[in-house]
Amino acid sequence: MSALTFPPPPASDTAEALRADVRAFLAAELADVPATKRMESWSGFDPEFSRKLGARGWIGMTFPTQYGGHGCSNLERYVVIEELLAAGAPVVGHWISDRQSGPSILRFGTEAQKRFFIPKIVAGECFFCIGMSEPNSGSDLASVRTRATKVDGGWLINGTKLWTSQAHQAHYMILFCRSSGTPDDRQNGTSQFLVDMKSTKGMAIRPVHAMTGEHHFNEIHFQDAFIPDDALLGDEGQGWHQVTSELAYERSGPERFLSSFILLVETLRVLGPAPPERAAIAIGRLGAHLVTLRRLSRSVAGMLEAGENPATQASLVKDLGALLEQEIPDIARAIIAIDPPTEATERFAEVLAYTTLHAPSFSLRGGTREILRGIIARGLGLR
Amino acid sequence: MADSILVDTAERLFGAIITPQVLAAAEHGDFPQAAWDALAEAGLHLGLLPESAGGFGVAPDEALAILRIAGRHALPLPLAETMLAGWLLSSAGLPVPDGPLTIAPGTGLVLSRDGAKWHIAGTARGIAWGRDAAALVVLADVEGCSHVALLSGGYTIEERLNIAREPRNTLVIDAVPDAVAPSPHSALDLRAAGAATRALMIAGSLERITAMTTQYALDRSQFGRPIGRFQAVQHSVATLASQTAAALAAAGIAAESILPTLRLPAIAAAKARGAEAAGIGAALAHQIHGAIGFTYEHTLHFHTKRLHAWRDEYGGEAEWNAYLGRHLAAAGADALWPTLTAI
Repeated sequence: MSALTFPPPPASDTAEALRADVRAFLAAELADVPATKRMESWSGFDPEFSRKLGARGWIGMTFPTQYGGHGCSNLERYVVIEELLAAGAPVVGHWISDRQSGPSILRFGTEAQKRFFIPKIVAGECFFCIGMSEPNSGSDLASVRTRATKVDGGWLINGTKLWTSQAHQAHYMILFCRSSGTPDDRQNGTSQFLVDMKSTKGMAIRPVHAMTGEHHFNEIHFQDAFIPDDALLGDEGQGWHQVTSELAYERSGPERFLSSFILLVETLRVLGPAPPERAAIAIGRLGAHLVTLRRLSRSVAGMLEAGENPATQASLVKDLGALLEQEIPDIARAIIAIDPPTEATERFAEVLAYTTLHAPSFSLRGGTREILRGIIARGLGLR
Repeated sequence: MADSILVDTAERLFGAIITPQVLAAAEHGDFPQAAWDALAEAGLHLGLLPESAGGFGVAPDEALAILRIAGRHALPLPLAETMLAGWLLSSAGLPVPDGPLTIAPGTGLVLSRDGAKWHIAGTARGIAWGRDAAALVVLADVEGCSHVALLSGGYTIEERLNIAREPRNTLVIDAVPDAVAPSPHSALDLRAAGAATRALMIAGSLERITAMTTQYALDRSQFGRPIGRFQAVQHSVATLASQTAAALAAAGIAAESILPTLRLPAIAAAKARGAEAAGIGAALAHQIHGAIGFTYEHTLHFHTKRLHAWRDEYGGEAEWNAYLGRHLAAAGADALWPTLTAI
């Protein structure tokens, strides 16, 4: 498989049949949710909504039925998550559990861990956060210093995690840290642990407010925080391998090009059914980018479903997707003037402001543009 | 796009016959007859035809995928136009003649009837390989109804070239057509079908220049190491690759959008996105190739000149983005997502 292999997205009648159900559910559930809420995209938190989604069977869709999952294909899950994102549904509560933590536990966890966590995740009642970055380990994840030291019956955690989204609202963290050696050992000697965020002692969560003043991020201090032996996920020392094996899932989904979608909807609303030529060209261009990105992203979903590891393709999707997400606010403001304010543009201006101020994060979170382009270059054989 | 037997055949054939010498000779007016004969012998131009008209029952997206391969090799032949001419003729129930064919939209032409006798006259511009085509297929309105007319002569040819020095002739026509029949397709349909062919060809060309550029970055050393070891260069190549990926997605959409039904919004998205990628990609390939890529001796220009030509032919970004934008706006803000997923 070359870096530019993108097979046609597999057609799935089951997945398409599901789409109508999801649309009807969202139309009813989100009827009273304004654009100024939907604009939060996959940063919106609503535990009640997560539970309802779990009740409909739309969390952990691909997880095996023996643990309460639904045994669906990636393609069916894809339809559900793209519909959720396009509608601006508040999904952040269960997002990480559904996308990463659940699949990691299923792949590397013990039978007891699977039986404990997976049914709760599927019900939309178990939210995970990811403890990866640190004050001095951002893109260079292999330099982590947070350490797990073996003690009788468990591990003592010491160190600091930073930029941990939703740590204050999550039930558990998948912690990535060093379990042997020193930071000079890089990828070697790292492990993953499942940390109880509600009852672990020796752990302090401090908010890190984003530039909008919002509280999504956190800094988490571990000081001799004890976690039991059964908190270890997978094999001790295999943390790096485990973390990187899920990256294609994390980087190729529709959340990598739909973060600004609600702004595009509101732009179209202000423009009305017959926009001037210049605006039509701009809107059409964004539409063309969305349509092609969606095809690439669904193609990667098809490769994942077929058991392949399209890591380079996933990076290509995320790089292109972030460019589009960041262009949408720029283009929106170029075709609609917000000064002087009018009744017609009031809501648009609010959505524009929110999206503009979140746009810098789109090419940072989940792998910076620079890291992604390095991965693509490697996939092409340049490194 | 999955590689089919047809695609493999095209790749082998074009790879063997389209050499830099053939491309240079084509720029100087030599029609590569041997290449056409080999292509026709393999039947590569027949894929869009129904079996009753000489086709071989291959899925339309597979048949069109060979245009991506044509793009990869800068094929200096009217393969796209021959396929489109066959599509127009067969959908109007007319027989498809042998040989390279080309098409003309009705702009500048008047097709008229005097009793049972048809006549066509006027000037058609930008006709791909008009100089070399065995016959011309015109789509023109007669009394408000679209008609196809087949002409094997009755026109004079003025030499014109596109930016890649491919013939795009002006034809001055005063002829009695060989055959005329009502067509189910409009002028816009034909323009869209043409745009779809260019989206496929652009994707193939971008695949080619991405491969060439990657190889060049590995081969060329400066400051004691291959330039591809420099992060700035790596990121430029990665950007080229991501534009190529977008163009490949556009090509996949285009290949599914002429037959069984013509899907204009899908083609609009495909051509507009492919054309945008073509410009960005060509510029990056030249930047990374440095001065050598700017010479006639190096073969990069055969590909980048075609990217520049093809992104404009049958409508560039402005035209197709505007079409798609109007389509999305007409559906309305709340229908934006369902409209996009229906594309």
